[in-house]
Amino acid sequence: MANYFSDNQDLLFHFEKLDLREVVDFLEENYSQSKKFNYAPVNYQDAKENFKRILEITGDIAANYIAPRSPSIDDEGATFKDGKVQYAKGTKESLELLSKAELMGMILPREYGGLNFPTTVYMMATEIISRADASLMNIFGLQDIGKTVAEFGNTAQKQEFLPGFASGEYTGAMALTEPDAGSDLQAVKLTAYQDEKGNWFLRGVKRFITNGNGEVLLVLARTEAGTKDARGLSMFVCYGDKTIKVRRIEHKLGIHGSPTCELQFNDTPAQLVGQRRFGLLKYVMYLMNRARVGIGAQSLGIAQEAYEQALNYAKAREQFGKPIYNLPVVSNMLIDMRVSLEAFRSLFYDTCVWLDRKEMLEQIVEKLKLEKKPVAELNERLKEATKYLNLLTPLAKYFLSEGANKICYDSMQIHGGTGYMHEFGIERLSRDARITNIYEGTSQLQIVAASGGVINDVFNDHFNECEKKEYKGSLINLLSVLKEIREMFNDCLKYIKEKKDPNIQDVASKDLVELYGYIYTGFLLLDEANDDQRKVFTARRYILDALTKARKNAEAIKNELYSDILHADTILI
Amino acid sequence: MKKNSIVMVKQVPDTANISGQVMKEDGTVNRAKLPAIFNHEDRVALEFALQIKDKFGGKVTAITMGPPRASDVLRECLFMGADEAVLISDRKFAGADTLATSYVLAETIKHIGGYDFIFAGRQAIDGDTAQVGPQTAEKLNIPQITYAEEILEVGESSVKVKKKIEGGYEILESKLPVLITVIKDAAFPRPFQAKRIMAYKNAKTLSELEKLTEGNSLLYIDQLRDEYESRNLYIKTLTMDDLKLDESRCGINGSPTKVYKVESVVLAGGNHEMIPPTKEGIGKLIDHLLADHILG
Repeated sequence: MANYFSDNQDLLFHFEKLDLREVVDFLEENYSQSKKFNYAPVNYQDAKENFKRILEITGDIAANYIAPRSPSIDDEGATFKDGKVQYAKGTKESLELLSKAELMGMILPREYGGLNFPTTVYMMATEIISRADASLMNIFGLQDIGKTVAEFGNTAQKQEFLPGFASGEYTGAMALTEPDAGSDLQAVKLTAYQDEKGNWFLRGVKRFITNGNGEVLLVLARTEAGTKDARGLSMFVCYGDKTIKVRRIEHKLGIHGSPTCELQFNDTPAQLVGQRRFGLLKYVMYLMNRARVGIGAQSLGIAQEAYEQALNYAKAREQFGKPIYNLPVVSNMLIDMRVSLEAFRSLFYDTCVWLDRKEMLEQIVEKLKLEKKPVAELNERLKEATKYLNLLTPLAKYFLSEGANKICYDSMQIHGGTGYMHEFGIERLSRDARITNIYEGTSQLQIVAASGGVINDVFNDHFNECEKKEYKGSLINLLSVLKEIREMFNDCLKYIKEKKDPNIQDVASKDLVELYGYIYTGFLLLDEANDDQRKVFTARRYILDALTKARKNAEAIKNELYSDILHADTILI
Repeated sequence: MKKNSIVMVKQVPDTANISGQVMKEDGTVNRAKLPAIFNHEDRVALEFALQIKDKFGGKVTAITMGPPRASDVLRECLFMGADEAVLISDRKFAGADTLATSYVLAETIKHIGGYDFIFAGRQAIDGDTAQVGPQTAEKLNIPQITYAEEILEVGESSVKVKKKIEGGYEILESKLPVLITVIKDAAFPRPFQAKRIMAYKNAKTLSELEKLTEGNSLLYIDQLRDEYESRNLYIKTLTMDDLKLDESRCGINGSPTKVYKVESVVLAGGNHEMIPPTKEGIGKLIDHLLADHILG
């Protein structure tokens, strides 16, 4: 039987390579949890065996239960009638099965019914689910809502909400966006007020809320009357009860199974999560960064499926007396798709491991501080991890979501006219992919978020280390290519800094961020190729292709391609 | 009103995934090349038992007779929710037909005792006989309902079951204990549960524990078994001697069925004949079918 985990050789490659020992040692409190829970691992090896087995059943359910339902989920979509949101039949069935399999609380603590897995493993599951049905990921992926309550809620809140999330009884929603506060969340207006007893209530409107019909909502609201920026915003948790009116659901291009709601809060009772005024600055940032990583997994799943469909179709479709797979133009496109897919996966799981590492360090430092123990060394590591992650998260989201769109585009091209028809899956995948580079921050915003780290060249030391490593055979040539790209980057960076024109800097940062991404990903692939013969092909195609792209990026910057934005009003008639 | 169930399960070759290497030249099956799976209808049988447990409480015990590697399906039973699993395994069981198999299973069920329901799949996909369930019931001298689609009602000492028959269904009532065989579409088996997978992945049969002791003189099998038992990870293993069985009724000795010949039937295309959709054509088709003994 098909299995989206065990059949996916590249995912297996990354799983085997995964080193989360430090993170898992920490999460398992040095495996003392195994004394309390018969399903907790007794050592790291045992934990890894657990992860593998759970990913195997996820892969089985995804391939054999969810994937066959995805065309009907797309056709039927979530519906809205008499003020109530209904999932498509397939969505409902899939969620029920995932709940029965106990996969809805993968990252929640065991004491509340969760599996206590690291985020990286959860992201592998998310990739697998997204491949089967991208829209289902929008609900499966909301496990982060529970995780946020687990991180920042008080004990009573954890006891109240987490068991329901872990069992799948509750699905969540994060209610952030408003009609006038999209990319600019500082402008959130929904108000939270207290009665004389100190109970909080919410009043106002939220828009584009994924799964806004969920049982439990995290809401960003203004608690400090008269403020206009992020410092007046706090985070709340509330039930999706009758005080919250779903006004409508959106008719979208893709991810039809995921209901996108407009919500009206009519004095909804709510509980404050964490501290006042840290809503956006701390908690939403935490949630958003995780959600961005989640979209990376969704993009990867969609891209994997688009590639598989293109490959199968190319092998089955005969023209000119042979399968089109045998036409060099087609096989070359397939290689491009495959190589980008593998490069994205390397970048993605590297990012996930940094996320796990950073959250671990954060918790250790916090704990040591409470115990008044020295934290200097760990703090250094935390600072470094935070710096890396602040760059890697938007970089990965940017590359993966744009890349998924490109892979879908090429896959449809290989399908020819057939692929344009609704009957074939690639049409749906293309529509589903299109949201990934828009929501949770558009690609343009990811560039902005990444550019700080790029301009400060945060991987400078890391790249220097990479350059010193010993590489085998032909990889030495590829190393020199990466060095060349690095020189181009340094050159461009200097040029832009000297330019001192913020408008040009803004526009050019896309080229700069991409250049940086090529170098980082290139080194990841070079490392993999050093250990795995087949990966030499991946590294070669990626790095040589990166060189041609890098030249284009560098030329654009240095030839002042963008200087005409000063004349935008004249050009844009 | 707790109700205990025993579920008879079987590990079978995955006949849906037969590749080129699986059939030997003499037309027999190379089992080593075939992936072994949980017989689907037996998973449905386990689902029935678990639903009864969910509703009334009680215990679910899964049993299988098979070679050591059949422990895989028993672990899967634990992953789905079975409370206990028992492997009945002995070299002397080899070559058993349905008569010998049902003898061993019936004796095992007597040995376990304390049951209200025995569930089994209608048939296994390797033998397709559908005989083991009914024969076991006969040997236990309890009522049986085959081809069950749905349990309609469970009373203190009776059960009402909807049974599939050709072109419709029957509703039957039986006393407890009863043996029920279920059909493929009767229920959708629940998935393996993540926590149970992690908890029971290391559950082991006696022979698997013996393997651990091989080459390690510090490990004693009795101690190891006690340790696994205390952690709820021991898959009880019963042999012919444990069950005090009559050797002449076990395995090949107790099996009157003899395989005469195994033929590899190759369905060759190419030999087709166009029959026009006319009265004459239909007449000709019927003549053909009569001549081939497909009709009449």
